[in-house]
Amino acid sequence: MKILVCISHVPDTTSKINFTEGDTKFDTNGVQFVINPNDEFGLTRAMWFKEKQGASVDVVNVGGAETEPTLRKALAIGADSAIRVNTPATDGFAVAKQLAKVVQDGGYDLVIAGRESIDYNGGMVPGMLAGLTDVNFVNNCIGLDVDGSNATATREIDGGKETVSTALPLVVGGQKGLVEESDLRIPNMRGIMMARKKPLNVVEPVDANAETAAVKFEKPAPKGDVKLVSPDNIDELVSLLHNEAKVI
Amino acid sequence: MSVLVYTESEQGTFKKAALEVASYAKAVASQMGTTVTAVTFNANDASELGNYGVDKVLNVTNTNEFNAKIYADVLKQAAEKEGAKVVVVSSSANAKYLAPLLAVGLNAGYASNVIEAPVNTSPFSVKRTAFTNKAFNITEINTDVKVVGVSNNAFGVVENSGSASVEDFSPSLTSSDTKVQSVDKATDKVSIADADIVVSGGRGLKGPENWGMIEELADVLGAATACSKPVSDLGWRPHSEHVGQTGKPVASNLYIAIGISGAIQHLAGVNASKVKVVINTDPEAPFFKAADYGVVGDAFEVVPQLIEKLKEFKAQNA
Repeated sequence: MKILVCISHVPDTTSKINFTEGDTKFDTNGVQFVINPNDEFGLTRAMWFKEKQGASVDVVNVGGAETEPTLRKALAIGADSAIRVNTPATDGFAVAKQLAKVVQDGGYDLVIAGRESIDYNGGMVPGMLAGLTDVNFVNNCIGLDVDGSNATATREIDGGKETVSTALPLVVGGQKGLVEESDLRIPNMRGIMMARKKPLNVVEPVDANAETAAVKFEKPAPKGDVKLVSPDNIDELVSLLHNEAKVI
Repeated sequence: MSVLVYTESEQGTFKKAALEVASYAKAVASQMGTTVTAVTFNANDASELGNYGVDKVLNVTNTNEFNAKIYADVLKQAAEKEGAKVVVVSSSANAKYLAPLLAVGLNAGYASNVIEAPVNTSPFSVKRTAFTNKAFNITEINTDVKVVGVSNNAFGVVENSGSASVEDFSPSLTSSDTKVQSVDKATDKVSIADADIVVSGGRGLKGPENWGMIEELADVLGAATACSKPVSDLGWRPHSEHVGQTGKPVASNLYIAIGISGAIQHLAGVNASKVKVVINTDPEAPFFKAADYGVVGDAFEVVPQLIEKLKEFKAQNA
């Protein structure tokens, strides 16, 4: 089985979010970048396929050279090789078009991408990639088994979960549940050393217009101070929620 | 060139998110000087959508079970039939599943998590959340046809005195290899996605045996129950209740956090809630900085009192 894991290069959750150039660009100054958390679950699930059933695992990112350390980290975790499509990730649709070319050229059976990235939260790349390559798609995937060319996947639905049968080739939008947080792997020294020798192929982009553009950013208005209520006066809390906040 | 909206129903009844996206579609249509066409699947009373600004309903009756590929293709056919330039969907799990497929089908730019009526219709631009609720961005959609995904509980339900004509719609159905085997869903509980109020518990509750009061509080408020990541990682509560960055997002009117310190990953996932109440013994818990109302106190004393006071309140205001 040939597996491709899509890796988004995102600011660490604890990063301060600031904007520059008249609030038109994300300020990367001093920001630590990591593998998108939703992608990390998929990467570990792919490693399990490799170890338990036999599979090759490639990772891919669409972005400039600055994203290579993130791809190297994925290699250190255990991916066999990496591909970087050498173009800035402008919008979800454009990224999906670049990935579609990689998927078609590589003949992948299974593509795992995070359900959304924690920076732009578009939540569209996995579905668009499935649509563009005309293969099966399961979103919000929290469980995945493959047997030959058949797959069984569990997805989160509002208020529960649903198990579906489907077939390879398949794209999944992955998240926690594919593996658990405690299953995630931290690169060890041996992995880091090996990652340096693994192939990281830079491919040139296909023509793909961005269909949307983030033209301006805003930060939420600063929040007022919390209103504290004494634990001996819970009546007041009920009254505030009713009369002031008007939520009950 | 009407505005098309996908209005989801469950067992024939519209979900709140459906009425919200219908209201949103009406706002877009007013800005563009056009009408709203809704697509429903097996709705019992599709004409109800007229009360939320829908002019015409295409009620699909030749397919029943949700399948993202098939539904996306049906919506594509409806958009083409109506000559729709804007297609509005909600942020339900199913809508987020089909929207990217629909966008590819229509060669449309797609903006998700949109929180307000369009800022502008030419160029078409919308305000959406980004950086997991730590920022907003104005996104322009530059394609001829646009897909707009509206955040739950952001635009609100807007009543509109109008009436909708209902047509049966029997599109051709594409095939799909993906078939539902089983569904595991609590039917007697409010889901986190649909809830106006969410009551959430953290490690401060000390163990799963103490969740009775969380459930009782949720029951009194008609709320959904949720939990922090450590609680789901410890197996005290099911993963489906985990809210936060890697769990479910919450955008309720009221979020009550009990014994949750408020790690940044948790706050990222719940920040879109309008009013946040935190109950915690530790006055230094970071959640107090993000909350609107706080009680520094022991949950085991505060929550039972809150339940009693809310019961009294409900009895008086019934």
